[in-house]
Amino acid sequence: MESFKELMKDGRFKFAFIVICVLAFMSLLSFFSPYNPLKWNVVPRDLPPRWPHIFGTTSQGQDLFWQSTFAIRNSLTIALIASSISRVIAIIVGLVAGYRGGRTDTILMSINDSFVVMPLLPILILIASVMRGNLTMVALGLILSLFGWAWDARVIRSQVLSLREREFTYTAILSGTKTFNLVIKEYFPFIIPIIFSTIINNMIWAIGMEVTLAILGLTNIEVPTIGTMIHWAVNYQSMLLGYWWWILTPVVISIFLFVALYLLSSSLSEYLDPRTRIQRIGEARG
Amino acid sequence: MLFFKRYLLPRLVQFLVVVFVGITIVFIVPRLSPADPVQEVINRITSQGAFLDPAAVDNMRKSLTELYGLGGNVFQQYFAFWGRLFRGDFGPSLFQFPTPVTQLIMNSLPWTAGLLIATTLISWIVGNFLGGIAGYFKNRRWAKILDNVCMVIRPIPYYIFALLLLILFAYLFPVFPSAGGYSVGRRIGFNWAFISDVLKHSFLPAISLMVLGMAANFMTMKLIVSNIVAEDYVMYAKAGGLKESKIAFKYVFKNGLLPQITGLALSLGQIFGGALITEIVFSYPGIGTLIYGAINSGDYNLIMGVTSLSVIGIAGATLIIDLLYPLFDPRIRYR
Repeated sequence: MESFKELMKDGRFKFAFIVICVLAFMSLLSFFSPYNPLKWNVVPRDLPPRWPHIFGTTSQGQDLFWQSTFAIRNSLTIALIASSISRVIAIIVGLVAGYRGGRTDTILMSINDSFVVMPLLPILILIASVMRGNLTMVALGLILSLFGWAWDARVIRSQVLSLREREFTYTAILSGTKTFNLVIKEYFPFIIPIIFSTIINNMIWAIGMEVTLAILGLTNIEVPTIGTMIHWAVNYQSMLLGYWWWILTPVVISIFLFVALYLLSSSLSEYLDPRTRIQRIGEARG
Repeated sequence: MLFFKRYLLPRLVQFLVVVFVGITIVFIVPRLSPADPVQEVINRITSQGAFLDPAAVDNMRKSLTELYGLGGNVFQQYFAFWGRLFRGDFGPSLFQFPTPVTQLIMNSLPWTAGLLIATTLISWIVGNFLGGIAGYFKNRRWAKILDNVCMVIRPIPYYIFALLLLILFAYLFPVFPSAGGYSVGRRIGFNWAFISDVLKHSFLPAISLMVLGMAANFMTMKLIVSNIVAEDYVMYAKAGGLKESKIAFKYVFKNGLLPQITGLALSLGQIFGGALITEIVFSYPGIGTLIYGAINSGDYNLIMGVTSLSVIGIAGATLIIDLLYPLFDPRIRYR
């Protein structure tokens, strides 16, 4: 609680925290939605924002407010699946490469760097277009996690490299501690802050990728996410027809979500470790 | 010789590893699909109502299998795939049959390359310049305001920004054309009318790519420079009475730019991805729009071609930046 108060003094954190709370509340509201998000023509079409449809309605006869509650929930779910599984991969690769060193390190890091440099979007497009139709939310989260670990594995590895040279590592090894115990008991406390600060950035990346693939029509476009909302608005030429509220709703929500998550992660990691700021700015690109 | 072994060789190996991993993924992914692409094409043709006698279908299946490189076992296919890659042959496009995929890509590539190189360079130079100055005078009011503005712009993805620009400019203030690479009916040629038309059309996509790049470069450069300013050697130079401008450019900015060159090499892949989507939003006639069309028509050959070439292209561009790096950093040259 003490550290929360400390964080709330930071204007960035305060803003981000409030926005995230509002969005989380909206995603919880989806459980009480009066409309089925998968059904069309449940409300009159093309209404501008006005009570009782405060965000307006779409040309498919869907209420934009309730649609966006589902969209936020689903987008956050995908992002959480992707980022939590990619954390596991990043931890394993980072720990093994950093602790083993030598040839293992060289090989793992050169694979790692390939994933950093490689243009992931065309590859994800290829995968998604092969899987077309079978790409459920869970499958999408899994695929994103397979590609989103590389930046953070490197951060964890460099942390482990420095821990490995510390006095307590030698003390532990010489007094007969098993490698596994050493890593879990002694190294994890140093790695957990890294995981917290990288997981939010990874979520931003995953949501961004979901939106990208959805705009291209490669995910399951029946399920409302922020990406599929933009997809339908673009597909129905909402801008050309003057239904600005349709395209603006997901765009504004996504901007709030991205900015809030970014501010949250930057103030959090500055709080945890001021020195990691440089890495973070580079990492959240794209 | 030591320079070659320590610096060049690891980078060349890394380039080869990136290409190897990328191309292998491109090879494996379509083969994980339960659908048989040959059967799919045949189904599509027969479903259009054309009558084909069984012998013709058999012939077609044989030639399509050949065309897709699906003959023999997986290993033979894999080596054949690499063989075709070296010859620059990605087979014909399935939907603009029989135009080769390579030719379609070559038609779109100049548009993407032009947009990408121009915006990346401009945003890198402007972002680093402003970031450098803001980092040098980090306690000035404008530097702090600019930093906060960048912090809000920074996390917004390229395409969201592109959509916002589209809403703002193309509909509310219709100054710039909202779609296409040049006006319909204009002849392609090397003259001022055509070039100015292209520039006008590429203005909005370029802005949407540049603003975010500038914000990212600004923030990193500001942070790097504000750390360098606190270093001992800068204090010493100031105490020694060197000219302020000499300290700023020769002592501080020059050192601050080095990590930024590495950062540019690392982020090229992501900038490329952002550019693809921006192109689609603005219907700009580059690789992004090409791949969008390929997705909508299920043109696997074209998607595989674009993916393979972008892996090689991005890895190559990264390698070139890495190879140019010693020109900027004498410590590597003389090691």
